[in-house]
Amino acid sequence: MSRFEPKIVAFLCNWCSYAGADLAGTSRLQYAPNVRVIRVMCSGRVEPYLVVEALQAGADGVIVLGCHPGECHYLEGNYRTVGRMALLKRMLGQFGIEEERVRLDWVSASEGVRFASIVNQATEAIRALGPLRGQKTQEVSHG
Amino acid sequence: MGKPKAAFYWASSCGGCDIAILAIGEKILDVAAAVDIVFWPAAMDFKYEDVKGMPEQSIDVCLFNGAIRNTEDEHVAKMLRSKSKIMIAYGSCAYEGCIPGLANLFTVESILDHVYKDSPSTDNQQKVLPQATVTVPEGELELPRLQGAVRALHQIVDVDFFVPGCPPEPRTTWLALEAILSGALPEKGTVISHSAKALCEECPLPKEGKKIKKFYRPHQVIPDPKKCLLEQGLLCYGVATRGGCGSLCPQAGMPCTGCYGPVEGVVDQGLHFLTALGSMIDSIDPDEIKRITDEIADPAGTFYRYSLPVSLLKRAKTK
Repeated sequence: MSRFEPKIVAFLCNWCSYAGADLAGTSRLQYAPNVRVIRVMCSGRVEPYLVVEALQAGADGVIVLGCHPGECHYLEGNYRTVGRMALLKRMLGQFGIEEERVRLDWVSASEGVRFASIVNQATEAIRALGPLRGQKTQEVSHG
Repeated sequence: MGKPKAAFYWASSCGGCDIAILAIGEKILDVAAAVDIVFWPAAMDFKYEDVKGMPEQSIDVCLFNGAIRNTEDEHVAKMLRSKSKIMIAYGSCAYEGCIPGLANLFTVESILDHVYKDSPSTDNQQKVLPQATVTVPEGELELPRLQGAVRALHQIVDVDFFVPGCPPEPRTTWLALEAILSGALPEKGTVISHSAKALCEECPLPKEGKKIKKFYRPHQVIPDPKKCLLEQGLLCYGVATRGGCGSLCPQAGMPCTGCYGPVEGVVDQGLHFLTALGSMIDSIDPDEIKRITDEIADPAGTFYRYSLPVSLLKRAKTK
């Protein structure tokens, strides 16, 4: 049987991480083809709603990448993301959704290698967890 | 033509919504004078069979409170829907699942095991669990079965209007009843409240836009009654909750817990509040930010206290 290929949605900030991903591409770095990249202006734009919506819509994991702390184009967007993702990950745990399925990390415009390595690590971690099955509200009766 | 007919029902609820209807005070006499109450299990003696015998669409309005937890709730909801011209989800349970909806974080099996076997105060040496059927000399009796997940009313039948609140404040109840009695009904699907905006809009406590260094639970701190509770580190849900209740809780020093549901246009109230809170932390050190947010006990129970069954996730992942 072929191995499980997770679907991963990656939200990349326009100013650092998307440029980092671009560099990985122009440098012809090999990395896991499991990510679907969505460019956003700032990691602070990635509301937890978007992360959960991606998971509900069929993603097995979500990566959010932004500028390193202190380097946000909008000064403090990525600090907001830290608080939101920390809370979101803890809450998802209560829903039985493993913390490793959501990853927040930092990639600067010069870090193509780091981008590729984060994507590879996340892909392997999520592959090891297996598919995220949808939440079912089917009737289960007792007695 | 006789008076309009009204029905009231409680599904999975605490009974507070039935009391909330009476909390409109002497105006209940106006209601009683204006309508014929044909079904109200909490207050008057009617049987399901009475409703079953009524023609389709013969009840003018049904105020349905309570979540859909078991097969009986669903059966009665469907029956009342077909008998009623206007179906109103009255109160947070019917509107969005409310406290019973928190059961969606667990499986039915684990809930039954905890309640009937494992909880420290339980003395059940035979490990007896409730059964859905029982045989007696007269034949087999059937009891309602728990369903796999708790649902809000609109998730199983078509709902015309929603009245928020746990329970709805008298002014909100009266707003809905007045609309029904006068015939000036709002657009279908309306959440009937005095406000579509966040509670903070009507809350008189002054806000300074301060950020939070530490979160407190209500028993840990005596808040300054003249300042915004959220800015004092209490998890006041007003930023992500529909107003209209009169902001009674914050004015009494208790943080809003979110019972009026999301503001207009927001799908997931819990994530809306989580997003707001996550961005209010007073720190630029990622580790410290995480440490501060870790002080929030039970995020799922806090953010989805009233709205888990209608959230994006709806329930915990089943293995």
